[in-house]
Amino acid sequence: MNIELDFPAVLERWPNFLGGTILTLELAFLATVSGALLGTLAAVGRGAHSRLIARICKIYVEAIRNTPLLVQIFLVYFGLASIGLKLSAFTVAVVALTINVGAYTAEIMRAGFEAIPRGQIEAAEGLALTRFQIYWHIILLPAVEKVYPALTSQFVLLMLASSVCSQISAEELTAVANYVQSDTYRAFETYIIVAVLYILLSLVMRAGFWGLGLVLFPRRRRLGTAL
Amino acid sequence: MGGHLNVNHLLFLGHGALWTIGLSLIALIGGGIVGFVIALARISPLRSVRLLSAAYVQLVQGTPLLVILFLGYFGLAAIGLKMSPLAAASASLTLYVAAYLGEIWRGSIQSVPKPQWEAAEGLALSRTQRMMKVILPQAIRIATPPTVGFMVQIVKNTSLASVVGFVELMRSGQIVNNSLFEPFIVYAIIAAVYFAMCYPLSLFSQKLERRMGRGSANFSLA
Repeated sequence: MNIELDFPAVLERWPNFLGGTILTLELAFLATVSGALLGTLAAVGRGAHSRLIARICKIYVEAIRNTPLLVQIFLVYFGLASIGLKLSAFTVAVVALTINVGAYTAEIMRAGFEAIPRGQIEAAEGLALTRFQIYWHIILLPAVEKVYPALTSQFVLLMLASSVCSQISAEELTAVANYVQSDTYRAFETYIIVAVLYILLSLVMRAGFWGLGLVLFPRRRRLGTAL
Repeated sequence: MGGHLNVNHLLFLGHGALWTIGLSLIALIGGGIVGFVIALARISPLRSVRLLSAAYVQLVQGTPLLVILFLGYFGLAAIGLKMSPLAAASASLTLYVAAYLGEIWRGSIQSVPKPQWEAAEGLALSRTQRMMKVILPQAIRIATPPTVGFMVQIVKNTSLASVVGFVELMRSGQIVNNSLFEPFIVYAIIAAVYFAMCYPLSLFSQKLERRMGRGSANFSLA
């Protein structure tokens, strides 16, 4: 068997790859920020006094965590269209990824909340901190600090999972790869290059989160706890 | 154009669901075997073996499964290695699952308390005997909850095999939708079937975790 590889022919398309990489980063960034917010709200909601809210949040988390992202993307895509919302594929992708990562974030954050010792909250109550102050300083920030490694690896996984959005022809790295390979007939080289780009992206993200952790949690740095 | 959802459509979906289970089992068994080798290689006394296996895990965990699938199906075909959708999906899932299970199991093996290793060594057991008779039996107990939890990821990830044309649950849903033009209903049914497969596994994993009284390992991939 005679295998001929021609990477230069595919690398010539670097503007396409660069554009795709930037779009994937953008997609991951938007979904991470909004998903982190949604997930934190859902985690708070699961501990709510109202049975109804707690139940809704639980159903949301379990429904998302037990169905494939691909199905969720199609449901959001066709669901929004059927209620007359015509959005771009990219917007749909951001919405679907947000809903998806929100559920995983909620589960991680809940573990963080549960790890806060009861006594801390009682002490804060004893110091007459307001409900909001308690939630922010005593529960939320220390919880985020505890689960920061789990959260960040979830966000890296989200970036990788965003490749699935190519299936609704949202513009991102994998969609670009599909386009380039159908144009150059060099599928092998194209997907190798794209795999390398994803590996680089995940390394960059991990380094970024590590650096962010140093800035956000100086106490941790002093204690020498792993980030 | 169109038509109504009938028994034949549901039978077709059922057939797809069976293939989803089949593909999940292939991925679990294949990925389990390779993953076990990876786990042992990660803690090998040989530095080169450790480095190689660590590199494998890093490479696979840094690449989306979708790209691995495309590489296996379209990429290899382009350089003359044509595989059927089933073979490509099985191979890709096996490589993918192996990287994750390998890491989960390495963690489990390493979390067997250190004195157990030392005691086994003190009894003059060889490395193989130590592994087989002392460490692995304990590691299996630790590894069970996260492994069951990861099976949920495997079932969900098989849905990506639809993109290379393998007719499992997701693909059969797309085919049914092509004749019905009722995407929302069809995909809602598909989602419900996936949920029915995954949720019991999730519950079982949580139950095992509680019984072990250990912190949860949150292995998750959308």
